[in-house]
Amino acid sequence: MAKGQSASLDRRKLFADPVMITTITLLIVFLAVFILYPLAILLVDSVYSNEAGLTARFFSGIFGEGAFAVSFGKALFISLLGVLPALALGLKLAREGNSSRGSSRNGLFKALPVLSLVLPIAAAAVYTDAVFDCRGGIARFLSRAFDGGLLSWILIGLVQVIVLTPLCFRIFDGVMRLAGLKKSGDEEEQKALRKKMLIRAIVLGIVVFLLNLLMIIFLYASVNGKYSFIIAISNTLKVGFLVGFLSAGIGMLFAYVEVYVKVRTKFMAGLFKVVSMLPVVSPPFVLSLSMIMLFGKAGIITRHLLGIYDNNVYGFWGIAIVQTMTFFPVCYMMFRGLLKNIDPSMEEAARDMGASRWKVFTSVTLPLLLPGIGNAFLVTFIESIADFANPMIIGGSYDTLATTIYLQITGAYDKNGACAMAVVLLGITMIMFIVQKYYLERKTAATLTGKASRVRMLIEDKSVTVPLTVLCSMMALFVIIMYICVPFGALFRTWGRDFSLTTRWFEQVFTRYKGFKAFKDSFLLSIIAAPITALLSMIISYLVVKRKFKAKGFIELVSMLAMAVPGTVLGIGYIRGFAGGMFHSGFLQGIYGTGVILVIVFVVRSLPTGTRSGISALRQIDKSIEESAYDMGAGSMKVFTSVTLPLIKDSFLSGLVTAFVRSITAISAIILLVTPSYLLITVQINEFAEKGSYGIACAFATILIAITYGSVLLMNLVIKFFGTSRKMKEVD
Amino acid sequence: MADLKVKQPKGVKLDHISKIYNDPKTGKEFYAVHDVELDITPGSFVTLLGPSGCGKTTTLRMIAGFESPDEGEIYLGGEPINALTPNKRDTAMVFQSYALFPHYNVFDNVAYGLRLRKVPKDEIQRRVTDILALVELSGMEQRMTNQLSGGQQQRVALARALVVEPGVLLFDEPLSNLDAKLRVQMRTEIRRIQQTLGITAVYVTHDQSEAMAISDNIILMKGGVIAQMGSPMEIYYHPNSEFVADFIGECNFLKGKVAGREGGNTVVKLPSGSATVSTDKQFSPGDDAEIVVRPEAIVIGDTGMLPCKVELSCFMGSYQNYHVRVGDTLVKITDNCPVNKKIYGVGDSAFISFDAACAHLL
Repeated sequence: MAKGQSASLDRRKLFADPVMITTITLLIVFLAVFILYPLAILLVDSVYSNEAGLTARFFSGIFGEGAFAVSFGKALFISLLGVLPALALGLKLAREGNSSRGSSRNGLFKALPVLSLVLPIAAAAVYTDAVFDCRGGIARFLSRAFDGGLLSWILIGLVQVIVLTPLCFRIFDGVMRLAGLKKSGDEEEQKALRKKMLIRAIVLGIVVFLLNLLMIIFLYASVNGKYSFIIAISNTLKVGFLVGFLSAGIGMLFAYVEVYVKVRTKFMAGLFKVVSMLPVVSPPFVLSLSMIMLFGKAGIITRHLLGIYDNNVYGFWGIAIVQTMTFFPVCYMMFRGLLKNIDPSMEEAARDMGASRWKVFTSVTLPLLLPGIGNAFLVTFIESIADFANPMIIGGSYDTLATTIYLQITGAYDKNGACAMAVVLLGITMIMFIVQKYYLERKTAATLTGKASRVRMLIEDKSVTVPLTVLCSMMALFVIIMYICVPFGALFRTWGRDFSLTTRWFEQVFTRYKGFKAFKDSFLLSIIAAPITALLSMIISYLVVKRKFKAKGFIELVSMLAMAVPGTVLGIGYIRGFAGGMFHSGFLQGIYGTGVILVIVFVVRSLPTGTRSGISALRQIDKSIEESAYDMGAGSMKVFTSVTLPLIKDSFLSGLVTAFVRSITAISAIILLVTPSYLLITVQINEFAEKGSYGIACAFATILIAITYGSVLLMNLVIKFFGTSRKMKEVD
Repeated sequence: MADLKVKQPKGVKLDHISKIYNDPKTGKEFYAVHDVELDITPGSFVTLLGPSGCGKTTTLRMIAGFESPDEGEIYLGGEPINALTPNKRDTAMVFQSYALFPHYNVFDNVAYGLRLRKVPKDEIQRRVTDILALVELSGMEQRMTNQLSGGQQQRVALARALVVEPGVLLFDEPLSNLDAKLRVQMRTEIRRIQQTLGITAVYVTHDQSEAMAISDNIILMKGGVIAQMGSPMEIYYHPNSEFVADFIGECNFLKGKVAGREGGNTVVKLPSGSATVSTDKQFSPGDDAEIVVRPEAIVIGDTGMLPCKVELSCFMGSYQNYHVRVGDTLVKITDNCPVNKKIYGVGDSAFISFDAACAHLL
């Protein structure tokens, strides 16, 4: 059997196609140079400098000298003290439990599964609290216990054993149960199964051990380390968790109401449409600005409506609320897609068999959504910890990783330190990204492959519809008010004191602050970047969906990877990577500080969204349509331009506009790379908001909103009148 | 195997049921189901048959409670159930898309309804095992549903509906996602299980051969109203309209005028001759009449009632398929076991004839 032949033939066919091979090569070079290389440089610079050689001192610098003073050996020892006995005990219990199966199990075995969840979560909560509150009592107590003598170690070991044993029991029990099930299979099958189960148990055991070890090390670091950076990490994570939970929750509520509940009034439909459009048109800062103007010290609601004079919006809650409002629409759109994919007859089947509506939700809808919820949570979490603009404006003294890194390089000029910090931030987002992409996304796809076979029966029960409708409209209205607030901020003379109307902020924008140049620069750079991004993402999605070749995995991974790279990290990578040319050789040095690098950053930053929507658009096109064109003699280029592109015209157009809007509202990476020769609107907003000149900031922001909103409207019009795919859809 | 016979199959009665929909395009209201009256006896297998859009699925979903009738009342086992939500009705449905829960394995899927009813654990174990044995899925309890073939998934869906011992079992085109061979196998299976359990079943399909094979009674629907109901044989041999005759199997229609009566039969004058048809309806001479005769009831030969010209002659294995022209009318004939018979070629002249009892007059 010559299985190898087909692969080599495929390769030869690929090389016989000059267009394809050049496209792929160019693409790989682009992705390697502008995404992978800057990240690699970051890694290098965080552990290497010309003066010091290979060194860990940049990391110890940012974490504080004492952070990792505890020897790894000690942490390992403490960890083993708990994990080893727990593993042994868990195995023993699992054996016992399995042999006594059939006869009714006693109370211990009933309690163990519950304990296996409750105890580790409780312990993790205590740990986390100690780490976050690293100057607090629990942290001090724990660290003293770690450094104590034999007795305290025995105590710590005991506590760990109690916490971990039920978990270990559960792992072994699950493995044994699964291995016991397939008694009927033949010998070989059973052997393979047993082997697989053994490996699974070992892997899970190692995971438990590593997590335990990491927690101990991190606790040590937080107690002994440099306060400010640890605080920044814990701040970032805290905000990320809260925002992730809130956004996923609110997003799911909105999606559920739209897909399941009968609320078909024009008003509600309008509200939902606006909410779904917000993430596309929302420039950074806007919500932070209006949050300050509504709830700040001089805020309309706090001061003028409620008479509170010293409300502090800056800090944790400010960031959390603003970010939740910024990101929940993304979750809403994700959930809407998922919910629409659930076959309604699945829920009808449950209901038909006697499940109440609530039971249907908890036993069918929710389990099906579970991976999707995790997915939405992680996506928001990544967005939240990567967010730069909001913490900058409304964070006050509450530092997050993104702002700390920015200050490290612009304030302290500590480039290697900033690199080390960027690596920490990148590490966090990367882990989340990998979990999200390779575990949750696959799971979501596995549970929700069914197509909706018929139209869903909407809930008309007033006791359900009314509260949900009211809740959703209130939240949507609140968000909309926040947006409306901004133009008014630009029209009032002095926000909070003098509410007489004036055009002087707008005039000043154009007369004093070179507003025209800012708009020209922003507009020009974005309008150059948009078609490049749109075309590039369409090519990438075409290659990923329709073609088979070796480097495909690389192209897909790297273009998606850019999603998990926070803008600040990318910015630092570009500074380190291109300021002296590539590898400090002077090659490509010319682009640094010019508009070219800004355009490239725009492209890289909006590539993942474009590629993602391109992939989903292309997946809906039957492969045979392109194959027939190919078959009739069209070359790769011809197939793409004459068949593929026209078929996804709508998707291409919206990709174009999305890329434009994302570019013109970009800030996090850009703010590190922009030079005085380019004035960008977003950078201007940041500058004036920092200074407290909210009138000017609002005037800039208003015009930015107008541009973004205008281009989205324009796109919808164009699609409505010229979109071909819509007509084809109607024919179906 | 334990005795799985259903304790109390329930009858279903639809009392002048109507359902009004809005046309999504024009926004106008129309009757999706209009004034349907039905009485399904306990333990019988009834099929709602008809082309798509005839209201059969809507009727079924009204029995299940997913749609509410705009007029009329539905009774289950003598009790009015109009106001009951689906979960309070003693019905269980097998869905076209199977609607298995992808996050549960086979056992948990089947046990779902029992767990909702708070049935004790060991009884759940027993009943699920029994029902899986009945649908021939023993040993697959721990499989996830996506590891099953289409036919197996169908069996799980059936088991899940059966295990709660519903008063009536509803089927919404359950076999339309299976391939032809499996479809035939599964419909025999469904019939066997229904007979074993003695359960009342209402079955929706658009496939007439499926309906014939499986049902005690067929209800043929068109445009929201019942076109005809009766046993498969009644509907096949005594269709009451051209639509019914044409929908159930192939059919020939010969238009003519009633000439008179001859014994218990009616003589019909056709342009190319005359034919005798048995009929229970009364016709008076001079009435317009249409003879309905099935292709396999017609005999082709050198002599006979009506002269014809052969236009198509095609060997199909078990039969010879002819299209012949009788006057202006095209008549289809299936001539079974053609091996020892004379085969007519295209262009040949011949005669057709049929037994008076095999034809029917409209």
